[in-house]
Amino acid sequence: MSDRFAKLKYSALRQMTIARLREFSREPAAIFWVYVFPILMMIALGVAFRNRPLEQLTVVVESGDRAEPTLQWLDADERFRVSIATAEDAHERLRTGKADLIVTPEESGSNDYRYTFDPTRPGSLLARNATDDALQRAAGREDLLVVADREVSEPGARYIDFLVPGLIGMGIMGGGLWGVGFAIVDMRIRKLLKRFLATPMNRSHFLVAVMISRLIYTIPEIVLLLICARFIFGVINQGSYLTVTVLILLGTIEFSGIGLLVASRAKTLETISGLLNLVMLPMWMASGIFFSYDRFPEYFQPLIRILPLTPLIDALRQTMLEGQTIADLGSQLVVMAVWAILTFFIGLRFFRWN
Amino acid sequence: MAHDPIRDETSTIRFMSKPVISCRDLRKTYVGKPPIEALRGIDLTVEEGECFGVLGPNGAGKTTAIEILEGLLPATSGDVQILGKRWHEEADQIRQRIGISLQETQLSEKLTVRETVTLFRSFYREGMTPDEAIACVSLEKKADVWVKKLSGGQKQRLAIATALVGEPQVLFLDEPTTGLDPQSRRDLWQLIMDSRSQGRSVLLTTHYMDEAERLCDRIAIIDGGKVRAQGSPEELIAGLGGEHVIRFTLESQSNDALPDHFWRSLEGVREASFKAGDYQLTVAQPHRVIPHLLHSLDSAGQRASSLTTRQASLEDVFVKVAGRTLEEAEGEAT
Ligand SMILES: Nc1ncnc2c1ncn2[C@@H]1O[C@H](COP(=O)(O)OP(=O)(O)OP(=O)(O)O)[C@@H](O)[C@H]1O
Ligand SMILES: [Mg+2]
Repeated sequence: MSDRFAKLKYSALRQMTIARLREFSREPAAIFWVYVFPILMMIALGVAFRNRPLEQLTVVVESGDRAEPTLQWLDADERFRVSIATAEDAHERLRTGKADLIVTPEESGSNDYRYTFDPTRPGSLLARNATDDALQRAAGREDLLVVADREVSEPGARYIDFLVPGLIGMGIMGGGLWGVGFAIVDMRIRKLLKRFLATPMNRSHFLVAVMISRLIYTIPEIVLLLICARFIFGVINQGSYLTVTVLILLGTIEFSGIGLLVASRAKTLETISGLLNLVMLPMWMASGIFFSYDRFPEYFQPLIRILPLTPLIDALRQTMLEGQTIADLGSQLVVMAVWAILTFFIGLRFFRWN
Repeated sequence: MAHDPIRDETSTIRFMSKPVISCRDLRKTYVGKPPIEALRGIDLTVEEGECFGVLGPNGAGKTTAIEILEGLLPATSGDVQILGKRWHEEADQIRQRIGISLQETQLSEKLTVRETVTLFRSFYREGMTPDEAIACVSLEKKADVWVKKLSGGQKQRLAIATALVGEPQVLFLDEPTTGLDPQSRRDLWQLIMDSRSQGRSVLLTTHYMDEAERLCDRIAIIDGGKVRAQGSPEELIAGLGGEHVIRFTLESQSNDALPDHFWRSLEGVREASFKAGDYQLTVAQPHRVIPHLLHSLDSAGQRASSLTTRQASLEDVFVKVAGRTLEEAEGEAT
């Protein structure tokens, strides 16, 4: 065996990485959580929030003399599901969300109506306007302008298009934190870290190998997700795949670093699980995985933007949905790099081997 | 006893080389409430090529001591030298040349034996091939089997293979045979003796007397964080003043049947102890003492209901230096 061959064969970094990959690939449960679960989640959410062709509006007409003709006017429009009910019954239905709007014909002798609805509910507001429109026309109103509707539901503007980058970000976060954090604490509990410490192994090589192995199995995870998104929902990437790859790599390094830091002292699996959930919770809620974080109050926005996950998801969306390039993503890349470097070195500093 | 100058002299003469392991006045106090003084001043010297055993009951401080020597645990005070080097100066050089098996390590279950040994090989600059290390511990047939599927004894042999693969000069083994069946223990003894005959020095801890006696060139008995006796098994047993133990019980079963002057009149008895109706005498020449003993008992109006003799063992040494049997000491710890 030549010297160089021996050196390569027994490179600790290489062996350590291979060992981690082998262990991972022999763990069916890990494979499921990493590769299958994100895809199932995408399918479930994609189906649940798919754009429905026609939204039905539930309208209740309060019983009385004019209830019947009103019902017939509205029934002509297929958007409405109309029924007649007593005042009491109608209010009960509105209160419990079974109706979007109550239409009350005013006292006999008048042609007027009263609408009762909850303005905070989008469906209610929609029902009020559509109903008003229909009743006004039935009463003889002429439209003054000619309008044409064009409905847009193109790839790139649907919820599923918004969701996929969020799921990729979530996968990278979960994979980095659990994959690194949990693995390290598990090895600490088994005294394997201590056993490694008893050898001349280079300690930062060990941590780097844990990260590299994480990177190696994150890439197929994302590729698989993108392929499924493409073939099931027609999700396409408007930007370059190189940019997406860079973001995935940086994101994985970032969350591996955080995982390392969180795991640097933890001694039990309970501790590490608790800590990881605690770390992930704000990002689950605020980083815009499922919904835009614009809905949070203004003064939270700067804080949300420096959470580790936010820049990753934002950058992925800007790339995949808007076709932006690396050059446009400077601020996000900086935030991620700072997290990555800071947590890795602090983690290394505090790391407890036994 | 432990610091008999003549005996220390003989060991230096016997080896005439620099010690591979030495520590002076090693102390370790675990901080906490209350603080635990695990080591209270330990001196050990392991010479090149010898197998040295640290023998003691549960909680004696064996693991604490060996882990400090291995550079895994900081001592509270004291000086440690491994192969003439100190941990805080040349840790990497020391690590390249020692091999370790911890008391409790769970190697990755889903790696095979060969993969595990190869991984450990990659940490060392020089060493044997993984297959050579596997052959050293006779695990060739299991080379491609997952660690999960190994028996306790096979796991322990694998642990030793990971320690051997860097071709260490010194081997540290913390309780390598605890919890193993008799056959596995004997296999492991053979393995350790092989390593030693290849010129490696071995430091092992154990709480089995027979293991220390069979395997070790020299032994330190530690109890309560102190070295109570140190020397070769033969020296330690000879240190009792006699190699035989006579044990007898009296028909009367009375506790104070034998007055002081009874013992004084008995010649050739080095040590006498009494517990729960059981008398034990340490003697060099039982064939001389027994007739005397029976005669004296007769004169004292007593009759022996049973009398046995046996070779003195390390067990007796432990009783002498620790004031109780090893079994009793183990009982206290739990
Ligand atoms: N990390 C620790 N923190 C506090 N006390 C400890 C710690 N490790 C060991 N001790 C205490 O120090 C004493 C010596 O322990 P040690 O593990 O060295 O004993 P041992 O001789 O190896 O025992 P065993 O045969 O059970 O392995 C014990 O009283 C133990 O409770
Ligand atoms: Mg121990």
